[in-house]
Formats: sequence, structure tokens, C-alpha cells
Amino acid sequence: MNFSKYVLFLFVACMSFASCNTKKTNKDQVAYHCPMECEGDKTYESEGSCPVCKMDLVLLENKPILANTDEISEESIFNLTSKWNTEEGKTIELKDLKGKPLVMVMIYTTCKAACPRLVADMRNISKQIPENNTDDLQYVLISIDPETDTPKRLKAFAIENQMDGEQWTFLQGSMSGVREFANVLAVKYKQISPIDFSHSNIISVFNAAGELVHQQEGLGVDNKETVQEIKNLLK
Amino acid sequence: MNTVLRLMICILFSWITNVNCQSKMVSIEGGSYIPLYGRDSMKVTIADFYMDVYPVTNKEFQQFLDDTPKWRRSNVKRLFADDNYLMSWSSDTALSENQSLKAPVTNVSWFVANDYCECQGKRLPTVDEWEYVAMANEELPDARTIKGYNEYILSWYEKPKTFNNEIGSTFKNYWGVYDLHGLVWEWTLDFNSVLVSGESRKDVDNDSNLFCGSAAIGATDLMNYAAFMRYAIRGSVKAKYTMKNLGFRCVKDNNQ
Repeated sequence: MNFSKYVLFLFVACMSFASCNTKKTNKDQVAYHCPMECEGDKTYESEGSCPVCKMDLVLLENKPILANTDEISEESIFNLTSKWNTEEGKTIELKDLKGKPLVMVMIYTTCKAACPRLVADMRNISKQIPENNTDDLQYVLISIDPETDTPKRLKAFAIENQMDGEQWTFLQGSMSGVREFANVLAVKYKQISPIDFSHSNIISVFNAAGELVHQQEGLGVDNKETVQEIKNLLK
Repeated sequence: MNTVLRLMICILFSWITNVNCQSKMVSIEGGSYIPLYGRDSMKVTIADFYMDVYPVTNKEFQQFLDDTPKWRRSNVKRLFADDNYLMSWSSDTALSENQSLKAPVTNVSWFVANDYCECQGKRLPTVDEWEYVAMANEELPDARTIKGYNEYILSWYEKPKTFNNEIGSTFKNYWGVYDLHGLVWEWTLDFNSVLVSGESRKDVDNDSNLFCGSAAIGATDLMNYAAFMRYAIRGSVKAKYTMKNLGFRCVKDNNQ
């Protein structure tokens, strides 16, 4: 009797080691997660339904990071073909920003509450990047209020906020271009009065190929991680 | 002779309506109402517009794919649709056996729905427009206070696999629009304007750090649980997500 207990114990121990092993070796195995993220980042190994919201689990994609920056990968924001006006009055597509890591945020200039802090967060991040790197990356501020934020207005805002250097770009898009871009970033916004918008506060970091590598959500959050991600891209 | 002629005309007529019925639109008279989640002034004003009578069907979407190779399953960019995009189709342009041509197309992302409508010279409805039309029952433009109306929607939410049903299988509402409730959920143009975060379901109430102006996102009628579900879904999906029970329909501005 005693003996069989040991056997059972050994068996269980072996099994648990074995399962540990498979987990490690199959790190790039497919994983499924709940589309509603009911249980946060929890993933499942096979298809099925989420135990909380009962929705079908969806496949978790692995982001392909391209070594060659000449190509545009499927995940790249350079696939977007919308046209944008810069604060300097130039018309560009996003892919014209290709070649440098991008730090992006969506704001509007008449905002009194969160945007000044978002802008300050951007400036804070830029201050922590070594000075000899300033030409190697681009900070992009995109207006969610393209009707009010004309290139001229964006230029004035840039000067006012000491963001008029080469490394800063402000963009005015079309209503549908802005909506589409916000959807790519998973930024939410809503006009709540003629001059006010609710919006989520997200700073996004893209590599030189336009692939999202990091997002920081919230206001005045510790941007250590964001800065580190940017530094990694500059290496 | 007369009867035969009449019969012929009748058949011809029903054939014509059948052919045209899928892209048929009805005009919606604008007005103002208080949505569950609105602006700071609560009331939202809707201008006159046209809305598709039915959601976009598999058949219509199949035609769209014939004309637009970039949206076929094997060509679609991962930026614009997740891996479940058109999951049930048997190939790039063919449906599987258990899919009906007259069932609403689902497993489509916002990006493709948006492009589909634009290609038809239309657009997706805004959340406010969709909710405005969807608050009607058979008789009333605003049936939200009718008990049976809310019960109908909630009981549908519990029913599985209604996405396999054909368009027109639910009721025709006050405006002549079918299937807003009872068939599939539908994408809206500005679904990303719903500031109900995933985080808000876990712990915090209104996280002012995440959303600027989040005080304005409070709901007007917390008893309207069915509408709350819709806003919660909109707040939780991303534009590239595709779901088995999420389709779409298009609208058009009145001046076009």
C-alpha cells in the first residue's frame, strides 16, 4: 500500500516536470485568449469558450518583427494610406515617417484637462533620451479634432510648448483618417461638447518599420518602461 | 388569360423585390433622444438619413470579395483583421456548406465593414444613429420603456447561434428596418467612442487617469441592461477583432 503511494507520487512528479518542460520548449506554440479579456492576459492552449463571458476564444497573434526595414509587414501602420497635413503645411502619408522609431500620442489643442499632461509626458520621455539620439527618432502628435486643429494652429501649439524641433511632428488628418488611426491604436475618443472630447490617454511606441512595440496607458504614469523600449529601439 | 397575366406580373414583381431587397434602404426621420451614454447635454440630435433594411449578407459580401481581392482571407493584412477573419468560409471567396447566402456576414473586422460601406457610397451608422433606430419596436419609434421590448432583446442575448439565421427573420420595426435585435450584433462607425474600459469591469468606476473627461461617460439609465451590454461590447472590442455574432449594415446621409 505504502509502496503504491510512492509510485503515485513519483508518477505525478514526473508528469509535472514533463508538463513544465513542454511549456518551455513550446513557447511559440499557438495560444488562445478571450476577446473580451475577461481574465486579463490569461491564455488557453486550445480553442473553446471563455468561462466568464462564454465567447469563443480567439487566436493570439505573434507579432512578426521584420529585420529588413524596407518591407512593410502586415502589422505595420504604414499600411494605412490616409493623407495627413503636418504643422509645416506638408501633406504626407504615415509611411513617409518610415525609418525612425516613432513615439505617438493623440491630443487636441483646445484641451484643458488631460492633454497638457499628455504633452508633458511626451516631453518628459524625450528628456530622458540621450541628446545624441534626438535625430534618430520622431515624436508624433496627432489631433483628434482635425476641424479645429489646422496646421497653423498646430504650429502655434508646437512653438508654445517648445516642441518645434525637427524631431516633433504634428498631424492633422481627415475625420475618417483620424477615426481609422485611433482604431489602429485602440484609442477611444468622443466629442462631448463642441470644444471638448473624452479620450483615452495612450502613448504608443513604434519601431522603424511601423510595428507597435509598446503602449503606455494613463496620465502621469511612470514612463520608465516606455523610455527603456525607446532606448532598445535606438540601439 | 387575365389570371395568367396577373400571376406573371406578380411573380415578376416579387422577383424584382427579391433581387433588390438586399441593398434596400429606408429613410429614417431624424429627431433627438437621450442615449444610454451621451454627450454632456444628454440629448443627442440625429439628422435624417437612410439605413439598410437588412444587415449585409454573406451573398453581398461574397460579391464584394470578388471585386476587392485585398479583403480576401488570404490577402488581408493582420493590421486590419485578426486570425478569425471569415473563419467559417471554405475558401477565399466561397462559403462553407452550413452557411446560408442569406445569413448576415460575420467574422468581419471594423476596417473591412467600414471599407465595404464606403465602396457602396455609404458609411457605417454612428452609435447614436444605430441606437436611435434600434429603440423602435413594431409600433413605436421609442419603445424603450415597454417591458416586452427589453425582454425580447435580453432573451435574444441568451439564444445561441442566431447568426446562422437568415436576414428578415426577426421583426420589422417602426422605421421598416429588420434585424437590429435578434440576429447579430453590428459594427458602428464610432464604436471606439464608447469609453467603457476593460479596466472598469474589473475594479475602478471612472478612471480619470485613463480617460480625459470621464465624468461625462456616466450612463443615463442604468436599468437599460440590454443597451448597457451593447455599449460594453463596443467598449471592449478593437477594430481588427472579428466575432461570429458581429456583422454590420450601412447607412447614407440624406443629402446624397
